[in-house]
Amino acid sequence: MNIDFTQEELDFQQEVRQFFAEHYPKDIQEKIKNNIHPTKDDFIRWQKILNEKGWLAENWPVEYGGTGWTPTQKYIVQQEKARAHVLGTIPFGVTMVAPVIYTYGNEEQKKRFLPDILESNVWWCQGYSEPGAGSDLAALKTSAVRDGDDYIINGTKTWTTLGHWAEWMFCLVRTDPDAPKKQQGISFILIDMSSPGITVSPILTLDEEREVNEVHFDNVRVPAVNLIGEENKGWTYAKLLLTHERTSIANVQNSKVRLEKVKSLAKETPAHDGEGVLWEDELFRTKVANVELDLTALEYTELRTLAAVASGGAPGPESSILKIKGTEVMQAIDELFVELAGYHAVPFTQTQYHDGFDGERIGDWFETNTGPHYFNNRKQSIFGGTNEIQKGIICKAVLGL
Amino acid sequence: MDFSLSEEQQLLKDSIEKFVTSDYDFEARRELIKSDIGYSAQHWSMFAELGWLGMGFSEENGGYGGSASDIMVIMQAFGKGLVIEPFLANCILAGGAIAELASAQQKEALLASIIGGEQQMALAFAEKQARYNIANCLSTAEKSDGGYVVNGSKIAVLNGGNADTLLLVARTSGGQSDKQGLSLFAVPADSNGLERNSYTTVDGFTGADIKLSNVQLTADALIGEEGAAFAGLEAVMDRARIAVCAEALGNMETLLTKTVEYTKTRKQFGFTLSFFQALQHRMADMFVECQQAQSMLLMAAMKFDARAEDASTAVSAAKARIGQAAKLVGQEAVQLHGGMGVTDELDVGHYFKRLTIIDALFGNTDYHLKRYTAAMG
Repeated sequence: MNIDFTQEELDFQQEVRQFFAEHYPKDIQEKIKNNIHPTKDDFIRWQKILNEKGWLAENWPVEYGGTGWTPTQKYIVQQEKARAHVLGTIPFGVTMVAPVIYTYGNEEQKKRFLPDILESNVWWCQGYSEPGAGSDLAALKTSAVRDGDDYIINGTKTWTTLGHWAEWMFCLVRTDPDAPKKQQGISFILIDMSSPGITVSPILTLDEEREVNEVHFDNVRVPAVNLIGEENKGWTYAKLLLTHERTSIANVQNSKVRLEKVKSLAKETPAHDGEGVLWEDELFRTKVANVELDLTALEYTELRTLAAVASGGAPGPESSILKIKGTEVMQAIDELFVELAGYHAVPFTQTQYHDGFDGERIGDWFETNTGPHYFNNRKQSIFGGTNEIQKGIICKAVLGL
Repeated sequence: MDFSLSEEQQLLKDSIEKFVTSDYDFEARRELIKSDIGYSAQHWSMFAELGWLGMGFSEENGGYGGSASDIMVIMQAFGKGLVIEPFLANCILAGGAIAELASAQQKEALLASIIGGEQQMALAFAEKQARYNIANCLSTAEKSDGGYVVNGSKIAVLNGGNADTLLLVARTSGGQSDKQGLSLFAVPADSNGLERNSYTTVDGFTGADIKLSNVQLTADALIGEEGAAFAGLEAVMDRARIAVCAEALGNMETLLTKTVEYTKTRKQFGFTLSFFQALQHRMADMFVECQQAQSMLLMAAMKFDARAEDASTAVSAAKARIGQAAKLVGQEAVQLHGGMGVTDELDVGHYFKRLTIIDALFGNTDYHLKRYTAAMG
């Protein structure tokens, strides 16, 4: 057992730090620092820069264009990204659908889709949840009926994050409504969002932003060559994707940076009674300390998981812990920010966090944006399989209950 | 960064776990607790023969290990089986204080007898008014006739009743809470004026409260330098904290396993308890807490062994977070066993007792949370 980075790892850390300092666009960095919503173009611009360096597909096998990084290298990159306020990579293409395509897709599909994912030429979205299938995802009803060389798709998908920017969707559809188990009649298919019959309508979240959508399919024709793997085996593919989603969900390094910000703000923020600063308030400090302890434990749990993955393949049910604790910590930090803001948590100043706003600003982001951020972030313990679903996974897959 | 155990550590872990599962029966343990010395002298000799007692000490001190990760491996395995033999008292506390503070000559004489299992020792440091502040010491040692005269009292001296030699912390100079002026003495347990009130602890170990009235010591009873024991004792406390954190983790792992097994067999309302989601999720919480505790322990042990600048803060972080985990896992294990959980007959309650006492040792959760909070700057 030892905790130190090797000299090569320290060199790598320097290389990463320097690359971000030189190549991460300053205008995007300013937006992230100040909670300004990034645009679609910001995401694409930055992902293309990362890809040119060969650093976009962190988890892919090297043969498909992955980095081949060790767990420690990935950890270093996460640290440096958080440190430099690096805009997150949109996960739907590179993190979520790509592993399904290179694991279960045919050669034709790999050639057709993987290069465009690496080059961020295509924006992907996820077609999983439905109005009647949330936690019970396998109850999904969107149907795909074979008609010649096509499938005809009918139904509704929901909570489609950034679906209004998407050019393609990876979608779970029901191909066998009579299968003895509901998991057995599901297929995994890729859908061009410009196909006739698709309607994308907004759902506003508690911060009154358009982040998620409802996607309606009315007799949408999708070529059968877009089916991944075998018909009715989609559930197996979907599960692989979900474990990949969960390991990236813990956000440990971002939480560390945010908690440091809480501490530094608390040293300048007047205490609740206006006497001295909040940092001197034992109650507040103890709350911060408890969050930090949980975060430290989580960081080492994540490192242990990465080490285990390095020696034994795909992330297993332990990724459920990362989801549960990671989101609990994020939400606890959100609460601390709202508390820090005091009366300046009150104004709703939505437009000043939009790109191109040039009016008079009310408060800084760590004041007037803390409420909306806190409200929005309650999603964390709900998406990707609610934290209760994660506990169910632990019970079944780890404890054998 | 590497989380794996060395080959020697893996072997040690396997052999202690084998001993615990095949030779450490809960009913036999109950008889041992009732016996005069409160543990098995045979087990103790066996630990010595197998070299386990030497694993708490570095090679230069005549041992075979001594790192925090070595101690972690041993104590976690002992914790799994609720082992009551006084490893902590001898090899971490008393032996640890000798290793930190004694001269080379003293070490040679005293440590060999611990590692060989020939002598029982105990570290007498705690005083009632001091709570967890080891600098707060009212016991005094005054120079007299070329030696010392010791007066004062100590409480909760682990293994104090069985000890042949007590390693006693007493003040040779300074005020009640001064860090300067603390000294360590090796005191024969049969010294005139030394009174021991021995007892079984609530979790089945043994301990004693001790009174010293004009106990005469020769000059060579002083261990190391006069008045300079504080820093060494602090280091002993940190190692002891890592040790009991590891023991607590072993306790928790066993409790989780036993609770899961029990709910799979016990039936109510026509179903096994494991069928009910309200109970399933509580076991998932126990699992998450065990994993978080394991992470904190590894973090603290690694930082301690790397002599990291923030090692002592890391130890406090671990003790506080593991204290929280231990409370949840201990209480839930009892709750999920229903009425059986509160019986003396079942071992589950005894693990819960040990976890509760571990929190009270070497600074409880709040003490360490406060220490951690202060270090946040």
